Amino acid sequence: MTRKLLLRLGELVVVLALVSFGVFLLVALIPGDPAVAILGEGHPPEDYAALRAELGLDQPILNRYLDWLGGALTGDLGHSIVPPRSAVIDRVLAALPVSAELAILGLLLAMALAIPLAMWSAAREGGLVDRAIGASTFAVLSVPSFLSGLLLIMVLVNGLGWFPRGQWVRVSESITGNLHHALLPAVVIALSEAAVFTRILRSDLVVTLREDFVLAARARGMPRWRVLVGDALRPSSFSLLTLLGLSFGSLIGSTVIVETLFALPGMGSLVVNAANQGDFPMVQGATLLIAAAYVLVNIGIDLAYGFLDPRTRRVHA
Amino acid sequence: MTPEPPMSQEPPMTPEPPVTVGSTATPLLEVDDLRTTFHTPRGAVRAVDGVSLRLSAGETIGVVGESGSGKSVLGRTIMGLISAGPATEVQGTVRIGGRDVHALAPGERRRLWGPEVAMVFQDPMTSLNPTKRIGTHLTETLRLHLGLRRGAAADRAIELLVQVGIPEPRRRVRQFPHELSGGMRQRVVIALALACSPKLLIADEPTTALDVTVQKQILDLLGTLAERLDMATILISHDLGVIAGRTDRVAVMYAGRIAETAATAAVFEHPLHPYTDALIGSIPRLSNEPHAELRVIDGNPPDMSAPPPGCRFAPRCVHAFERCREEAPPPHEPLAYDARHSVACHAPLLPAPNADSGNADSGNADSMNGGDD
Repeated sequence: MTRKLLLRLGELVVVLALVSFGVFLLVALIPGDPAVAILGEGHPPEDYAALRAELGLDQPILNRYLDWLGGALTGDLGHSIVPPRSAVIDRVLAALPVSAELAILGLLLAMALAIPLAMWSAAREGGLVDRAIGASTFAVLSVPSFLSGLLLIMVLVNGLGWFPRGQWVRVSESITGNLHHALLPAVVIALSEAAVFTRILRSDLVVTLREDFVLAARARGMPRWRVLVGDALRPSSFSLLTLLGLSFGSLIGSTVIVETLFALPGMGSLVVNAANQGDFPMVQGATLLIAAAYVLVNIGIDLAYGFLDPRTRRVHA
Repeated sequence: MTPEPPMSQEPPMTPEPPVTVGSTATPLLEVDDLRTTFHTPRGAVRAVDGVSLRLSAGETIGVVGESGSGKSVLGRTIMGLISAGPATEVQGTVRIGGRDVHALAPGERRRLWGPEVAMVFQDPMTSLNPTKRIGTHLTETLRLHLGLRRGAAADRAIELLVQVGIPEPRRRVRQFPHELSGGMRQRVVIALALACSPKLLIADEPTTALDVTVQKQILDLLGTLAERLDMATILISHDLGVIAGRTDRVAVMYAGRIAETAATAAVFEHPLHPYTDALIGSIPRLSNEPHAELRVIDGNPPDMSAPPPGCRFAPRCVHAFERCREEAPPPHEPLAYDARHSVACHAPLLPAPNADSGNADSGNADSMNGGDD
C-alpha cells in the first residue's frame, strides 16, 4: 500500500512538471504585450522596456520557467500584474476553498440523489419508474446550468427569500451562514451531476443484477433491498467512482457560470478574470493549483478502488 | 425497499394428482404438471412444459438433459426463484413440505430459501460476491434466517467450512472469493447452501465449471452431506456419467418434459426411451476401441418457442413412426412390471434379456427392431 502510494506521488510530480511547463508556455505564447496591458497605450517605449525587465519578460523563456518553478516550489507564485499586485498564492488560496466547498457539497448532494434513484431505477428495469427516472435525467441534462441557476434564484432567493443574496460568508466567519450561502449553488451543480451519476450507476447496476451472485444471494433468502444495497451496489460503483474524480477535478476550475450567477469568489471566476486582464502570473499559479488538486483527488480515487474491489488489492500472503 | 411485483394470481388448481412418480412415502417435494413459459418478443418459450415429480425426504434424484432441455429452469421454478412476472408464466404447483411455493407471498417464499430449500449454482467463480469476504457470505445468511448473533454466526460459519472440508477455516473466512481455487469456492457455495440445514437441496450442474479432478470430490461431498443431513437432493446435470451411481432415481428431461424416470440402476440397465438410450450410448467409455467414433445424437433439441407436435424427440428419433409425430405420448406411464419406472414414449424400447449396463445401446436398438410397432 505504501509502495503504491509513493508510486502515485511520483506520478503527481511528473504530472505537475508537465502541466506547469505547458501552462507556462501557453500563457507566454498568448499574443499581446503584458507591459502594454498594464501601462495602457501611448507611453514612451522605454517605459515598456523597463516594465518588461522588471517582470523578467526580457529573459529567455526557459530561464523564466525555471525561475517561476523555483518560486513555486517555495510557495511563491509571483505577483499579479494587475494592481494592487497582490501575491498570487494568497488570492488562489482564498479562492480554492470556495470552489472546493462547492464541488464537494455539489457532489455529495448529487450522490445522495443519484444512488437511491439509480437503485430504484435498476430494480425496476424497463418499468414505469425506470423510464420516468431515465426521462427526467435527460430533461435535467438538457437544461443548462445558467438557466436552472437563474430559475432557482428567481424562485428561492427573490421569490421566497429562503436563501440569502449578496456577500459570500467564509466558513471561518459562520458555518451556518456559509452553508446557507453555498447550498443553492451546490444544488445547481448537483443537478446535472446527479443526472449523469444516475444514468451511469443505473446501467452498471442493471448489469450487476444479472450476475450469478445476485441470484445466489436471493436464493439464500436475502430480501431484495438487501441484495441491492449489500451485494449489487458496491461492485457496480467503479464507473461512478471514476466519474466522481473527474467531475471533482473539472468542478474545481470551471464552475464559472455558477460562481458568476451567485457572485462567489471561487477559482473559476479568478481564472477567467485573470485571463481577461492578461494577468499571466495569476493564470499560471491558479492552473498549477487546480492541476495539483485534480491529480491528488484522482490518486485518492485510485486508492478507493482497492476498498471497493478486493481483487485490485495487493495480496497479503 | 422495493416490494416484488404481486404474485401470480395462482389459479387454485385442484389438481387431479397425476400418477405418482417415485416413492410412496409422504413426499417432501410434490411437483404437479409444472409449466414455465417465458413470453419473449419471438413468442412464448415453453421451457418447462408439464413436469410432475415427487421426492421424499432424504431421497436423491438426478435430472439429466441436454442444454436447453429446461432442467435449470425446472430447478429454479421448483425453488420459486423463477416466479410469475410480467413476462413469465408459471402454471401447475410446486409443494415443498406441503406448502405451495408459488402461492406464497414473496416475503414468505423467501423464508423458505435457506431453511427449506437451497441451491448450489453451476459456476463458483460467479456465484460468490467478489467484494464480500467468505465469512460474510455465511454469517449474513445465518443471521438472517437463524437470528444468530455476530459471534455465534462466526463460530457456525467456521463449523460449516469444516463440514465441507475446507482447511484452515479461520483464515478462509477472512479471505475473498478470488483468493480461493474453484473447488474451494464450490465448497463454500455448498456450505452456504447447507447453512440453514435445508430439507431439499437443488444442485444445478454443481461440477460443470470445475476441473475433472475436483468434480468427483465435490460430488462425493454432496453425496455424503446429503446422507448425513438426511437432505433430499435434486442433482441437475447434462452428464449422465455424473449421476450414475449417485442418485436413487433419474429423470431424463427432453424439451421441457420428462422423457423417462426410474431408479438409477434401472435406467442404465434397460433404458426404455430412445432418447435415454441414445444419451447412455453417447457417454464415451474407456472400453471403446481407440479412435472409435463417438456416438452422438443427430440433430438439435427443438426450438422451444415452436416445439414439434407430437413427441418432441420424434424428429431425432430413429424409432419414430407416424403416431410419434402427431400425438404426444402420455407422460409418466408406469410400467406393468415396475411401477417406479415410467416413460413417455409410444414405442418404448424393450429391455433386452441379455442387455448389460456396459454397451447396452446397440443391443437395445437391435432388439427393438427399428421403428416398427
